[in-house]
Amino acid sequence: MQINPSLNVKTARAEFWGGCRAITPLVVGAIPFGIIFGSLAASSGLSFWGTLAMSAFVFAGASQFIALGLLSSGTALPLIILTTFVVNLRHLLYAVTLVPHVRHLPQAWKLPISFWLTDEAFAAAIGRYNQPDASPYKHWYYLGAALFMYINWQLCTWIGLTLGRSIPDAASWGLDFAMSVTFIGMIIPYLIDRPMIAAVCVAGLVSLLAHGLPHQLGLMLAAVCGILAGIVLEQKSTETL
Amino acid sequence: MNMMNEFWLILGMMLVTFLIRYPILAVSGRVGLSPKFMQILRYVPPAVLTAIVVPAVLMPQDTLWLSYGNARLIGATAAALVGFWQKNLLLTILVGMASFLIWQWLV
Repeated sequence: MQINPSLNVKTARAEFWGGCRAITPLVVGAIPFGIIFGSLAASSGLSFWGTLAMSAFVFAGASQFIALGLLSSGTALPLIILTTFVVNLRHLLYAVTLVPHVRHLPQAWKLPISFWLTDEAFAAAIGRYNQPDASPYKHWYYLGAALFMYINWQLCTWIGLTLGRSIPDAASWGLDFAMSVTFIGMIIPYLIDRPMIAAVCVAGLVSLLAHGLPHQLGLMLAAVCGILAGIVLEQKSTETL
Repeated sequence: MNMMNEFWLILGMMLVTFLIRYPILAVSGRVGLSPKFMQILRYVPPAVLTAIVVPAVLMPQDTLWLSYGNARLIGATAAALVGFWQKNLLLTILVGMASFLIWQWLV
């Protein structure tokens, strides 16, 4: 829905700002999530600088959040790292999707594109890449979106660490729900045909059934089942045509 | 947690995350993807996002909670309705979040 940039962007600079604009709603959605991450970190045993470093170097919201939960329940570090791996495996699917769009770029571009790959930056960028115009600067659009997301995440972590701790019970307000509504807003534009709806329904159902699997493996299993459901239905509908 | 453990935790999380994101892009110049495969990939974002959202909304305490008392369910429903109706992402987020917070305060 929102991720529809204007068609007339031509220069690298215009693409950059176009990316910033397109990701703005997603940045807004990430603000409460980042603040709550920062304010929860201390009670999970992470130091002030450790929390900032995690946001700066790992930069993967959902897995950072899960890591906090595991830390406070006393999970061993290798298991936390393994869980991070499983939760972030979805980025591999995003990276594969980006391959045809970034293959011509030098490594100096591929490095930051990889490091700043998130659900949000990917959603904004793929919306731009899928537009038919042949702008040679679409990676600048990605950069604008990703950089805005990154800076915002650092700021929100810091705000959570400083201000969030002085608000009593900030964690119990459930501000992490902002991530859920953001993702719902990102899913809706995809629901345009029957295979897509099937993919989402199956992914949702399996995610509930498989929720008990260790290390958040249910997430990957649900995603894969959803994708398969979409493919099967797509195959069926092309056969009947 | 002591500083050394913290260092290894962050380094480990950073490495596994980066090693998921980077290698395929690093060799992307030499990777050919068939159009059929690209067609499959369009299911990736909605399937992944749904797999994250559904348990977060329906199983906030690790057990299924289908009731009007579940403020996340109310907020998610409001967000979905506004999303389909208005096709405006920011509005979807704000209405979903507001419904959730108000409902949570009410019940």
